[in-house]
Amino acid sequence: MEWLLLLCVLSPAVGCIINGLFGRWTYRAAGVIGSTFLGISFALAVPLIIYAIQGHVVDYSYYHWIVSGKFTVPFGLRLDSLSAMMLGVVTFVSFMIHIYAIGYMGGHKGYARFFTYLNLFVFAMLLLCMGNNYLTMFIGWEGVGFCSYILIGYYYEKKTAADAGRKAFVTTRIGDIGFIVGVLFIILYFGSVKFTDVFAQAHMISPAIITIITLALFLGAIGKSAQFPLYVWLPDAMEGPTPVSALIHAATMVTAGVYMVARSAPLYALSPTGSLVVASVGAFTALFAATMALTHFDLKRILAYSTISQIGYMMIGVGVGAYWTGMFHLMTHAFFKALLFLSAGAVMHAMHGVLDMRLMGGLRHKMPQVCIVMIIASLAIAGIPPLSGFFSKDVILSEALMLGHPIIWLVGVVTAFMTAFYMFRMIFFTFFGESRVPEGMHPHEAPSVMLVPLWVLAVGSIVIGGILGVKVHGHISIEHFISLTSPNAFPIVHKYSETLLIIISIIAGVLGIAVAWLAYIPKGAFSFRSFVVRTFHPLYRCFFNLWWVDEIYNFLFCRPFWHVSERFLWKAVDVKVIDAGVDDVGRVAGLTGRAVRILQTGFINNYACWVSAGALIICGWYLLKIM
Amino acid sequence: MNQLHFPILSFITFWPLLGVFILLFINRKNEAAIRIVTFVFMLVNFLVSTLLYFHFDPTTWQPQFVDKIPWISSLGINYYLGIDGLSLFLVLLTTFLSVVGQLSTWSAIKDKVKEFNIIFLLLLTGMLGVFESLDAFLFYVFWEFELIPMYLMIGIWGGPHRVFATMKFFLYTFTGSVFMLVAIMATYFLFHHYTGIYTFDMFQLASHPLPYNLQFWLFLAFFIAFAIKVPMFPFHTWLPWAHVEAPTVGSVILAGVLLKMGTYGFLRFNLPMFPNMVHTLGIVVIVLAIIAIFYGAMVAMVQPDWKKLVAYSSVSHLGYAMIGMFALNSQGMEGSIMEMVNHGISTGALFLMVGILYERRHTRLFSEYGGIAAIMPRFAVLAGIITLSSLGLPGTNGFISEILCLIGAFKANIWYGILAAGGAVVSAIYLLMMFQKVFYVKTRNVKNLGLKDLDLRETFYMGICVVVILWIGIYPNPLLSRMHVSVEHLLQHVNSHSEQITIKDVDKNLACGKLVKINAISRGGL
Repeated sequence: MEWLLLLCVLSPAVGCIINGLFGRWTYRAAGVIGSTFLGISFALAVPLIIYAIQGHVVDYSYYHWIVSGKFTVPFGLRLDSLSAMMLGVVTFVSFMIHIYAIGYMGGHKGYARFFTYLNLFVFAMLLLCMGNNYLTMFIGWEGVGFCSYILIGYYYEKKTAADAGRKAFVTTRIGDIGFIVGVLFIILYFGSVKFTDVFAQAHMISPAIITIITLALFLGAIGKSAQFPLYVWLPDAMEGPTPVSALIHAATMVTAGVYMVARSAPLYALSPTGSLVVASVGAFTALFAATMALTHFDLKRILAYSTISQIGYMMIGVGVGAYWTGMFHLMTHAFFKALLFLSAGAVMHAMHGVLDMRLMGGLRHKMPQVCIVMIIASLAIAGIPPLSGFFSKDVILSEALMLGHPIIWLVGVVTAFMTAFYMFRMIFFTFFGESRVPEGMHPHEAPSVMLVPLWVLAVGSIVIGGILGVKVHGHISIEHFISLTSPNAFPIVHKYSETLLIIISIIAGVLGIAVAWLAYIPKGAFSFRSFVVRTFHPLYRCFFNLWWVDEIYNFLFCRPFWHVSERFLWKAVDVKVIDAGVDDVGRVAGLTGRAVRILQTGFINNYACWVSAGALIICGWYLLKIM
Repeated sequence: MNQLHFPILSFITFWPLLGVFILLFINRKNEAAIRIVTFVFMLVNFLVSTLLYFHFDPTTWQPQFVDKIPWISSLGINYYLGIDGLSLFLVLLTTFLSVVGQLSTWSAIKDKVKEFNIIFLLLLTGMLGVFESLDAFLFYVFWEFELIPMYLMIGIWGGPHRVFATMKFFLYTFTGSVFMLVAIMATYFLFHHYTGIYTFDMFQLASHPLPYNLQFWLFLAFFIAFAIKVPMFPFHTWLPWAHVEAPTVGSVILAGVLLKMGTYGFLRFNLPMFPNMVHTLGIVVIVLAIIAIFYGAMVAMVQPDWKKLVAYSSVSHLGYAMIGMFALNSQGMEGSIMEMVNHGISTGALFLMVGILYERRHTRLFSEYGGIAAIMPRFAVLAGIITLSSLGLPGTNGFISEILCLIGAFKANIWYGILAAGGAVVSAIYLLMMFQKVFYVKTRNVKNLGLKDLDLRETFYMGICVVVILWIGIYPNPLLSRMHVSVEHLLQHVNSHSEQITIKDVDKNLACGKLVKINAISRGGL
């Protein structure tokens, strides 16, 4: 099994190498080659997942990666229920997106390059998920960050794209410092980075240290999973091609932080403080990002803020200690968010790159299938039963409440309402109402190579929640499965009626859709909207300007950092103080030489003069002494 | 101990001189022949030096492949070459980079080709001698010897301000050398005073550390010599000048090998000979190193000149090596040696990158570049991997050394580790900005449009660097396992002399007339 696992992880790397080295020759076939290797990976993943469902665990170290002193880091992989789930999600969704990308990227410059990067990304993502120790995980962790960087900057000739890529890498790297510091603490206190060793000893370490470790690791998750305050890179990441947004910035990479917290569950379970921070940051981010999605007009950016918000939900799930709920939402979200991005991509494809919803409207007649799948995905994310989002979101909220976090529950419900509203605002704006499409543009239905993955994902978005999330014989199958590796951390108090909670979250979703309908469909909708905007003008401005977070960061961090480096450190300290100081030392030596040179005239009478002067002084000195 | 029964170290050290001799007989107009002969000599040298790697015995800290011949017996001076786990990879790095660097000069050096190659071969002899000498006197001879070819290389084939730059380079490093010479002599005489033996044997000198009030001044003198060479903040200002004015290969060798002499000197002199001072003054070195990590990176970030950026990045990178070394644990020290090797390869390759574009465009200003990725795709890929290795991405060599240095620093003191880890953000900023300014964005400059992608020779030497980068990144153990025993031995030695004294005590002891005693010893020593 361990070799099957290795093969499954390495398969995308092979695709990457083939396309990378021979891209010039594979040109047209690059997409097919890339997808094939992903398909192989997915096919190999199936028996592995079945093996894990049967309750087996594979934990195998292939070779010693770093050996230094008594400290050893193996290169090893681990297959258990948690990583098996990620394996399934990553290979399946990536496979779909690869197929979609064959159509979407067709004819683009650097077609082979695109699939090289995409395969490399999947390889790194699989390492992240399947690693059996923190440093193997870190290879994937930084690897996906790097792939994200090159893929956001895929259209590197656009300055905004190149800048966005760099912003993503640097921002997530700030988080990665936290991750590394966490790992350093683990090395110092546990002497090993292997999950099994660390978790087995966790209860012997002082709780304060565990809290520091969990907080440091969570900083990594904040960066990678775009949580407040390091979320700023994700909206800009939408500069990348849409399949990239769907794969990396919605379905897989950005959820790595959630996976990492769930993976470190034995540590988080020992630290109520650390867990509370995770849940609170998640809840705040969920709400905060939702407010920013309310007023945007850019199709992909709305989805980006929605992703940030939904990852906030997942963080609530893993933060309150119900790790399986976070992972469950991660899984359903992967389906419907990938679907949303890919449909948005289909719209963008049809609109020749336009993303501004104000230039759309009435598209349902032009691209009915895309419209339908997008509505399915929106219903799913809005939490309408029996679609998948309903199940996963509902369990997060009810678990949060039952584990004793009523405020977080309330924030979650409000966010659920806002989610439903902004998703359907987007649907109504784009597909309904009158057409605002500019002259000369002829939107058309997506080609079938793109439609097939859309429908597959749509079916997944509908059924996956129901299959995994319904209570059968007293336990939910996904809970049972995930709990094999990440048990619930804190005791549950059953003091609320589950039915009531379900009804509340359904109401929140339906209400959101209803308000969106009221605001965008009826005849008087426009005056209703302007009335709302006028009434809540200050708030509207905050939402619309995204709370000026980018500007604040620029003012507080980026510009001072640059100016200190340039004006102070370089031009003042380095050039004017240190280097000039060194030159002055040299100059003093030179000047001394010049001063002494006056004595060396070469004229014998001058020397005689000095000699007699010296003799006089000495004689005078002795005379004075004698007298 | 010499397991090959063949003076291999003497061979690789003086084999380049045979090359010089042969070159004398080649007509200066026959440039192709001169290049090929030099290349062959360096390649053979490299291939022979790989024998060291394969026959190295990783189970002993004793010097290996030893060549020891009495030289000036009455003074205890020996011709004594040998390597251990600390120097093995620096020797290999030197022979490797010389081959790669020489290949890059085929198109870069068009003027005085014969003289250039002769000087390069002499430089190689000098550099190898420094890393192989186990006799302090011989070490000093090679240390000074290597300065001259480098001085000429920058001074003759350098850029417009080369005279100023060489002057600065020479005076700066020579100042350090003078301190070192005084310190070597003082150690020699003091060692005799306390043990009755006249010797320059480094291992012997280290075996009986001097009283620690004497260690203070000697440590300081060696520190100045090596800190200038590394260069550590604030002794670094010769470096940007020297790099910017040097020809490409000069920068490669300067960054790749010459700077390592400084860090290597710390390993050979400061740590084993003055172990008490390492514990007392280590904090100063670590603080300077942490400053260097941030300072170098931040100043690198704002440079408009590509080569200056890479030069300042060296200051930052070697900060990691110094932290790891003075963390005084096995992870830190192995990380430090790895950092020396990796910095040599990655930064050497970064300078090769600069050189490749400089040959085509004759400028190093970022403002002149842009959009190179579309014009030279093969170059962009190789350059990208090299940039990543410098940035320390897992999977490349840079990560291995960085994480080991961080672990070491963290074990020494949590805050050292956390601060040093923070440097990784800044290095990501400046390296990605560098890459973006050169390779991304649509080019605004028509001069960039017609640039040719790498030819076979350039692809080869860049590619070979990339292969090494990935090899060490994925499977670093062949390197680490060979360092291990030597590192442990050194650490055990240093940590067994951990009684600390304050600087106040030193002053008091000196005030009590010890200084007079030192003078008396050195005067009457012979």
